[in-house]
Amino acid sequence: MSMLNIDLPGLSLKNPVMPASGCFGFGKEFSNLFNLDILGAIMVKATTPEPRFGNPTPRVAETPGGMLNAIGLQNPGLKKVLSEELPWLKRFDVPIIANVAGSTEEDYVQVAKEISHAPNVHALELNISCPNVKTGGIAFGTDPEMAKSLTQKVKAVSSVPVYVKLSPNVTDIVSIAKAVEAGGADGLTMINTLLGMRLDLQTAKPILANRTGGLSGAAVKPVALRMIYEVSQQVSIPIIGMGGIQSAEDVIEFFYAGASAVAVGTQNFVDPFVCPSIIEELPALLAKLGYSHISECTGRSWKKVEQFAHHRA
Amino acid sequence: MLKEHCSVVSHTCIADSVYELVLEGEMTKQMQQPGQFVHVKVSDGLDPVLRRPISIANINQEKSQFTLIYRKQGRGTSLLAEKKPGDQVDILGPLGNGFPVAEAGKGNLAVLVGGGIGVPPLYELAKQLVSKGVTVINILGFQTQGSVFYESKFAELGQTYVATVDGTHGTEGFVTSVLNNEKFHADIVYSCGPTPMLRAVEEGEFAKKVYLSLEERMGCGIGACFACVCHLKDDPEGYSYKKVCSDGPVFRAGEVAI
Repeated sequence: MSMLNIDLPGLSLKNPVMPASGCFGFGKEFSNLFNLDILGAIMVKATTPEPRFGNPTPRVAETPGGMLNAIGLQNPGLKKVLSEELPWLKRFDVPIIANVAGSTEEDYVQVAKEISHAPNVHALELNISCPNVKTGGIAFGTDPEMAKSLTQKVKAVSSVPVYVKLSPNVTDIVSIAKAVEAGGADGLTMINTLLGMRLDLQTAKPILANRTGGLSGAAVKPVALRMIYEVSQQVSIPIIGMGGIQSAEDVIEFFYAGASAVAVGTQNFVDPFVCPSIIEELPALLAKLGYSHISECTGRSWKKVEQFAHHRA
Repeated sequence: MLKEHCSVVSHTCIADSVYELVLEGEMTKQMQQPGQFVHVKVSDGLDPVLRRPISIANINQEKSQFTLIYRKQGRGTSLLAEKKPGDQVDILGPLGNGFPVAEAGKGNLAVLVGGGIGVPPLYELAKQLVSKGVTVINILGFQTQGSVFYESKFAELGQTYVATVDGTHGTEGFVTSVLNNEKFHADIVYSCGPTPMLRAVEEGEFAKKVYLSLEERMGCGIGACFACVCHLKDDPEGYSYKKVCSDGPVFRAGEVAI
């Protein structure tokens, strides 16, 4: 029996490991390297109503333990995602989580309404946390009322469950999480990148053409864990955790904090085989730690001992 | 493409801050086209996180070995420079689309134009062209005498001109000075080097067929992260794009905006 299968709203996952949005394109590049069927799900690149070229280059800069990116939601636009990218992914037996983005409420509603009807899209990830676009994105994710209102509007038109992707660039992430839960969110994904910057030693100017970018990678893992730990105790909807995951050990740590599934981001760029490696390593690690199923790990950092009575009782 | 720990066969400083790293690994078998690159993890740790794209300078199928030539200038390449014979290096490759050797026919004249750390991939290219009967002329540009490398190796394959910016070796000035003075009537030009040099080679229209190898900061190296995109030349403000890592790094002149 599988130790890894997980059921979440809209998602019946073989295992709880999926590539994070923006770190896996629409899957084509990685499909040359391994069979995408083995993934729990795929969070595809953000889709906006119209095509976007994104920001000028340089779009990436490095920092110890992490990287900054300012891609700027480059994507081929809703029409092409619906007519080419998603149909291409149908050859794989893997649920797709479509990342929905835009500049206005109308943009989000339009993308959500149309993309949720694609047959292989099993859930939406509402991207109210991209730090690299001038309008929209993070603006919706830093104000609880705006986040709630947008969640309600998207929920009203979506035919699949809606997960809201939270930004860590806020004073109180719990208030945002509660607001989107009240707005009808079926789940949360967290965290998006942390806003940061790097400067060039010679020119004194920012390295990124966009000046600032989103920090990701191992450097943000403790921040993600702390936020999931706080939020998971205050909401009753499931969390897909992300932020610097590189190994099976990291996955367990995110579950302990309160996640019910995880996404791997930056590490796909360093090791394109990281998702299959983690999936392969998880059962042995769970067994070593004394668990019979990964779901036993969720929230273990804060749940009371008696809640785990069934475990090794 | 493979992800493999390749072993260091030799590692030599061949010019000011320029290193020649010979590696051995299975992935050599997949290396056919000159101008492809490998993505190098310079340290096992988390600083730096990302790999470093380095072009392949020489392929030795018999020994399953390949050569990388790089300039030690930042943190990543400084860590790479510490690798010793016998050490393992985590490599992803080969990646990208290289120079089209088939575009040059037997008896054609190919002019290879390289600048600085853009010179290395032209060496494997020159080898492959010469072996199929193409006449090769090499024009190599460097900052100064101390940074010149592989001059005699290129000279074994064809007439070789060197230009240095400060005039301490060869022609004073840029590779374009040589191109403008000599009037080669090339059938095809292949070039790799800094962007201003590539622009000058493109604008000079030194042959009907011109191929340029571009450089850009990369993330994944396989086309997934969209860090290294560039606009198309005929649609400089639009949504169409090419990824330097997976559509390139070699493009025909006029294809992308540089």
